[in-house]
Amino acid sequence: MSEKNEKTEPRLSVFKTYKLYVGGKFPRSESGRVYEVTDAKGKWLANAPQSSRKDARDAVVAARKAVGGWSGATAYNRGQVLYRVAEMLEGRRAQFVQEVADAEGLSKARAAEQVEAAVDRWVWYAGWTDKIAQVVGGGNPVAGPYFNLSSPEPTGVVAVLAPQESSFLGLVSVLAPVIATGNTAIVVASERSPLPALSLGEVLATSDVPGGVVNVLSGRTAEIAPTLASHQDVNAIDLAGADEILAKELEIAAADNLKRVLRPQPVDNWTATPGTDRLTAFLETKTVWHPTGSLGASGSAY
Amino acid sequence: MASVFEYAPAPESRSVVDIAPSYGLFIDGEFVEAAEGKVFKTVSPSTEEVLSEIAQAGEADVDRAVAAARRAFEKWSALPGSERAKYLFRIARIIQERSRELAVLETLDNGKPIKETRDTDLPLVAAHFFYYAGWADKLEHAGFGASPKPLGVAGQVIPWNFPLLMLAWKIAPALATGNTVVLKPAETTPLSALFFADICRQAGLPKGVVNILPGYGDTGAALVAHPDVNKVAFTGSTGVGKEIARTVAGTRKKLTLELGGKGANIVFDDAPIDQAVEGIVTGIFFNQGQVCCAGSRLLVQESIQDELLDSLKRRLSTLRLGDPLDKNTDIGAINSAEQLARITSLVEKGTAEGAEPWSPECELPSSGYWFAPTLFTNVTQAHTIARDEIFGPVLSVLTFRTPDEAVAKANNTQYGLSAGIWTEKGSRILAVANKLRAGVVWSNTFNKFDPTSPFGGYKESGFGREGGRHGLEAYLDV
Repeated sequence: MSEKNEKTEPRLSVFKTYKLYVGGKFPRSESGRVYEVTDAKGKWLANAPQSSRKDARDAVVAARKAVGGWSGATAYNRGQVLYRVAEMLEGRRAQFVQEVADAEGLSKARAAEQVEAAVDRWVWYAGWTDKIAQVVGGGNPVAGPYFNLSSPEPTGVVAVLAPQESSFLGLVSVLAPVIATGNTAIVVASERSPLPALSLGEVLATSDVPGGVVNVLSGRTAEIAPTLASHQDVNAIDLAGADEILAKELEIAAADNLKRVLRPQPVDNWTATPGTDRLTAFLETKTVWHPTGSLGASGSAY
Repeated sequence: MASVFEYAPAPESRSVVDIAPSYGLFIDGEFVEAAEGKVFKTVSPSTEEVLSEIAQAGEADVDRAVAAARRAFEKWSALPGSERAKYLFRIARIIQERSRELAVLETLDNGKPIKETRDTDLPLVAAHFFYYAGWADKLEHAGFGASPKPLGVAGQVIPWNFPLLMLAWKIAPALATGNTVVLKPAETTPLSALFFADICRQAGLPKGVVNILPGYGDTGAALVAHPDVNKVAFTGSTGVGKEIARTVAGTRKKLTLELGGKGANIVFDDAPIDQAVEGIVTGIFFNQGQVCCAGSRLLVQESIQDELLDSLKRRLSTLRLGDPLDKNTDIGAINSAEQLARITSLVEKGTAEGAEPWSPECELPSSGYWFAPTLFTNVTQAHTIARDEIFGPVLSVLTFRTPDEAVAKANNTQYGLSAGIWTEKGSRILAVANKLRAGVVWSNTFNKFDPTSPFGGYKESGFGREGGRHGLEAYLDV
């Protein structure tokens, strides 16, 4: 009889402990804090780590460490790694559909559209890694016996405040271009809906993306962002997820080391095909000159 | 300076330029008095002679000029690109025609040698207008979309080291893309911008498209902060650049900044010494070192240090310092008493911190602002003179042993504008160039500029690029 009873009892599900993704590892917030994440109707979904300023600084250290390897990888290799992320995302589609549906209060069908667009977006950016230099770089016809080439290079460590409303497609749309071009990123997830971002960390960890290239923090955007905006070892900041007042404050802080700032852009429709703006926003242009004088008697010329 | 060969003076005549005793602001196609009636004097740095009295723009004048530029914007931006192109081509041609006059004027007002204004500044100024003139009717091919739009009124603030060239870098792309401009030249070098106003008149440029507001930092600050300015472009110090970045924070103003530098000129042991020495001299003594991309840190491989320094010192002893209007002069005057004081104080600090200064025998003129070409040996990375931008004819020499060490030292600065590499080995050039965090890398040459080539910095040397196709982006809504 007891056997029968057990069968009628519903199985107790296993909750997931969401953790940060920093330096290729999954730490809890050093502060030991969490906050309640609810679905669109207010039902409790999980506790997310509430990152501290120290977590943000740790993430910067991890991101800086990863710059050399990631920016030094061939563009082809980076494309392969990004495409691998898309493969992993595709395989965990159902999970993300559920999380996005919960986070944004969407029907399964609408959430699926968002997730599919995000996967496709990731594939799109994977294809950009070895093309952007050809599109925005080039040789310049200087008026003199010189040869010069302008090439784009990653600016370095980029802090990304993910859009608050679009928890997954918006997140992918701002993160993928940053790393496609060889930067490393510290992402502050949507404050109200951080779970898809934290799950993305699990995908990245299994996708050949080197640890530290992407670091995901969850918590209060207004608490974490000022540390990133004023951090002297952060080279750029994308303010997509900041409101007007916070964005201004962060832009002022960013001036301290002349970070590259991408101001919040109004986005009506995250599914629209993006241009190259988000790729070029975090690139520098380096122009290298060399003389092309005719050869002297020694066979040498400068 | 040279004792064996004395050169006879070869002064360029100043009769080709007619400087009026006073100039107004150039607003809406007219020269006008400043609303508050303030004026300031501009002097020749080589003699301290007062050249002219200039109206000093205040906030009310900034309002007037921005309003004039706003009114002009509608028509100017609506012109077919091919028509805007023709105006710019006209300007380029008039600059060529008047280049001797402008070169003498620039030398008088700035203090730099006529050799440089004549052979570098003016040809580049004309070339920039020619280059961007050709873009005006081809913007749909520039890679910024099918119909890129201008931003509106551009507020531009330029420095005193290349007064007319910086004006060209700012105004040519702004006009080509359909913007109108309000430009503030530096207080010590306002004249060539005011002469440019006359060139605009000769070219028949519509009123209000270009407005020139001489003044000090507060004029620039008012312009940058003006609510009806859509685009801010600044070339100058990193400190002021940061202030400007804070001012435009939270607005929709597009910002580009070309700021300071502490360029490393890296000489490897296989470099051709004579050419490298020329490159080092060009790198730091061009325009008295008052160049943001100057190669102010010489990084020399330890094994050739003695040989290179001997050659360098020998070469420095042949540089001729003196009357900038003399065609034989290599080193002219420092732009202002203020700048001279800054250079002097940094050099004193260098000595106090233990670096060893050296200058060739050099007699400085008794009036004007002068500083002898100086090099410091025994410099470490911790020294102020290895970190702070001096913006004068002062070279700090450091050494290295391996390419990695050279790269690490070159990058060990808040700046990231320029760098030089001297080596016979192509793979080393490419490997080192790849690792340098600088917007412009000159290999086996230095301080070369061209309107087709983007110029601008990494890190705290600013953001955005001027020149080339890239330079258009700063003035387009992309």
